[in-house]
Amino acid sequence: MLANYGYKDASGDFFITIDTDKCDGCGDCVEACPVDVFEVVDEDPNDPLRDEPVAMIAGDKKKKLKYECNPCKPPSNRPPLPCTEACEADAISHSW
Amino acid sequence: MAEEKKEEFWRWTESNWNNPDIDWKNSKFITVGIDVGSVSSQSVIMTDGKIFAYSNMRTGSDSPDSARNALKYALEATDMPEDRMDYCIGTGYGRVNVPFADRSITEIACHARGANFIYGSKVRTVLDVGGQDIKAIQCDEKGKVTNFLMNDKCAAGTGRGMEVFSDLLGVPINEVGDRSFEFKGEEPAAVSSTCVVYAKSEATGLLRKGWTKEEVLAAYCKAMAERIYSLVERVGVQPEFAVTGGMAKNRGVMERVMPMIGLERMKTEWDTQIAGAAGAALFGYALCQKGKGRKK
Repeated sequence: MLANYGYKDASGDFFITIDTDKCDGCGDCVEACPVDVFEVVDEDPNDPLRDEPVAMIAGDKKKKLKYECNPCKPPSNRPPLPCTEACEADAISHSW
Repeated sequence: MAEEKKEEFWRWTESNWNNPDIDWKNSKFITVGIDVGSVSSQSVIMTDGKIFAYSNMRTGSDSPDSARNALKYALEATDMPEDRMDYCIGTGYGRVNVPFADRSITEIACHARGANFIYGSKVRTVLDVGGQDIKAIQCDEKGKVTNFLMNDKCAAGTGRGMEVFSDLLGVPINEVGDRSFEFKGEEPAAVSSTCVVYAKSEATGLLRKGWTKEEVLAAYCKAMAERIYSLVERVGVQPEFAVTGGMAKNRGVMERVMPMIGLERMKTEWDTQIAGAAGAALFGYALCQKGKGRKK
């Protein structure tokens, strides 16, 4: 399942997509993110019949991703994002 | 002092329904889904996976009360006692506030499952335009979510935005769809402000310029269609395409968004607002069948 967390407003699209088929709930993204955008839950709330742990975006960060992720996204010479770098399964992608 | 006259044009009709062909006494599992949304609350009572009764009401200021009222209203259509239910699942914004629910499941999973039930297993894309959010969901033939997006940060393109406009223009909410086509000449351009608050002042400006109510409605329905389309596009569209939630009843928006998508939307006899609660009741039924129901 592709879980798109985030929002679209007048200033643009701000979504982080987690491919839950690739994610094994290891929690490397939780460690890597400097502002705790990620969390690992034991049961995917959007997929109630699946029992394995999975990463998702923390509830209080979902509506402010543009600002939370800003420090990792300088306008020029953007380095690789810590979350996508940390994810060995390549399950995380950003829309902006 | 003159008595204040106050009409609430956004108020839509509440309803309940019961299937007279089903005898609940003969059923093995009776499961209930309660969808406490930001604007409306529904409850669906299912007997062995079939809809036995449902209700559709406005959400009040108190989520537990709204949940109780919704269940009571659905039960009123039947002669079934409340304690007969085997399992109850809460969904929607107020899902954790349903006092009698055995567990809660997100509305995303429930809407996909519910759309699969009320529209049939051919549904691959579900668009839910609720009171306070838009959900675009892709699902498989079993109603399992494969891709989803929910925008609940902004009221633009949601049912609440439409209610604001119906109130502003004094047009009852259930007439908005038809009235939005009753303009003369060319269709007006879409309202340009994304934000509902700004769109409202833009509309006031248009009225001052001499636009008719119908023209303003057309412009807003169009803006809403564009907004909805931009979100659906991100998830991607696969046929068949189904719409759930209150906005499915507004042809002003639906007949403007479907040409952009390039598909026909599926038709159903069911109330499109009950999809979430129906999905919740179906999850309850699945859990009971697996022996994971309520411990007695």
